[in-house]
Amino acid sequence: MNFWTDPLKVAAEWLEGILTGWGMDAIFAHVLVVFLGVLLLITILMVLDIFLVWIERKVVSRFQDRIGPNRVGPYGLIQPFADIIKLIIKEDTTPDGADKVVYNLAPILSMMSVLIVWAVVPIAPVILGTDLNVGVLFLIAAGAIGTLSIIMAGWSSNNKFALIGGFRQVAMMVAFEIPMLTMLLIPTIFAGSMNMNAIIQAQGSIWYFFLSPLGTLIFLIAVIAELGRAPFDLAEGESELVAGYNTEYSGMKFGMFYAGELLHAMTFGGIWGILFFGGYRFFGLEQVSPFLAVLIFLAKALIGYWVIMWVKYTMMRIRIDQMLAFNWMFLTPLSFVLLMVTALANALLAGTSIWVYGIGMFASNIILGWVALEIVRSYSRKEREKLEGPRKVAEAHH
Amino acid sequence: MTPEKIIFLIVAGATLASGLMVVTTRNLIHAALWLVATLFGVAAVFAILNAGFIAVVQIVVYVGAIAILFIFAVMLTRKDMRDSGPQHNKNWWAGALLAVMTFGGLVFLVQSWASLSKAAADIPSGFDAVSQLGNQLTSPNAYVLPFEVASVLLLAAMVGAVYVAFNRK
Repeated sequence: MNFWTDPLKVAAEWLEGILTGWGMDAIFAHVLVVFLGVLLLITILMVLDIFLVWIERKVVSRFQDRIGPNRVGPYGLIQPFADIIKLIIKEDTTPDGADKVVYNLAPILSMMSVLIVWAVVPIAPVILGTDLNVGVLFLIAAGAIGTLSIIMAGWSSNNKFALIGGFRQVAMMVAFEIPMLTMLLIPTIFAGSMNMNAIIQAQGSIWYFFLSPLGTLIFLIAVIAELGRAPFDLAEGESELVAGYNTEYSGMKFGMFYAGELLHAMTFGGIWGILFFGGYRFFGLEQVSPFLAVLIFLAKALIGYWVIMWVKYTMMRIRIDQMLAFNWMFLTPLSFVLLMVTALANALLAGTSIWVYGIGMFASNIILGWVALEIVRSYSRKEREKLEGPRKVAEAHH
Repeated sequence: MTPEKIIFLIVAGATLASGLMVVTTRNLIHAALWLVATLFGVAAVFAILNAGFIAVVQIVVYVGAIAILFIFAVMLTRKDMRDSGPQHNKNWWAGALLAVMTFGGLVFLVQSWASLSKAAADIPSGFDAVSQLGNQLTSPNAYVLPFEVASVLLLAAMVGAVYVAFNRK
């Protein structure tokens, strides 16, 4: 075993050797090294987060036919550092009547709910925080902390816009958690495990996107809603709610929410890649070197992030009743039916060749998606007739 | 003292302290938030006991659903969320006595349990607790009946909630 095949383990053993050589207890040396590993991962993520600000601003400007930041440093690369200095030296305000402890805790929890997800994300076959056997459920648990941070921010600000924004966001997150959890079960059915690494390993012959295109799409929609990005950004709704739950936050506390949102989007781009696009796998390249696997994973995460941005800067905001009706009347039943169909097809097609299995799964998804859209179309036609029918009759009489 | 023991003591202490704060704090929202902290502590204890699935489900169900619902309900019910009444009534001594007796009884039971001092057997490698749990819950020889009864009960509760909330025109 050398550094190029298992870098984390070699580095950890080397460090532990030094620490025990200094006379430290072996167990405590191990705990200290694990702690340092966590610190390293968080530091890398936060530095990556700084560049995500630049990426987001560059991409949005391209979508809007602008150039974006291009003055500070080459291609505007130093712009985010200037932004951070600005955020740090800004006045840190706390509104009158705010609940100080809860108010200050909310941005920290918001950031934490994103960082904690990386505990179970396999970045490469041997580079991962913990090989949790319920990694998929862990994502939902981390989302619960995010929901909590938003409701805390909305309530403690003592501001009605913040409170309404917080309520909207929580209503949305609680609602879209259901299709998201259901779609997380689809890779679980295929792989027979909730372990993220096992899900990636099981995608050796075929990516789960080809087995469940509908599941991939529903998961993306649920993720965008969970992130609170357009078209589901009604919790921020700047035209009606100032800035939603983070109205009263200034300086670095606002920065924590903003940076947390960007990292959250990138993280879920990565999770999308792991669950449906093979994670760090890419035609056997991941076996060459773990460093190559990290690059592949990062590329997939950024592509996922780009898709989320693409949706955000293309769609308009929808109303809360439309959002709730869309989730409870369309997405949730559809995801339940899809889960049942997938489980049934998986049992029926077990033991057949990969071609029959793949084509059967793909066809069942496409047929289900088509049937769902037909049902919605006939329903909306009926509703429109109910509304437009009398008006047409009235026009005829005039 | 092993690191596990230290972590357990910290987590258990924090859980107990936040549990105490739930019942002593006067602000209802703060009480709900302390309850969340308590539930996190319990989840951490499950995680220390190698029960990862139970720990994660604890957070998903209790923090993600029940505690959020508590906070929602509290926020929507009253304008002033401070409770100024007395925190205990004249039966407090009976409650305290019952609590002390229950605690004493539990300590006695655990003390007289023969395998208390034995170290737990190591979990064999390749043992998947989640699939074992799933098999047990759906096996006719094990817990499929209680599992189904609980499911039917939850379904009935859900149908009832929909019926109560349904707006007849």
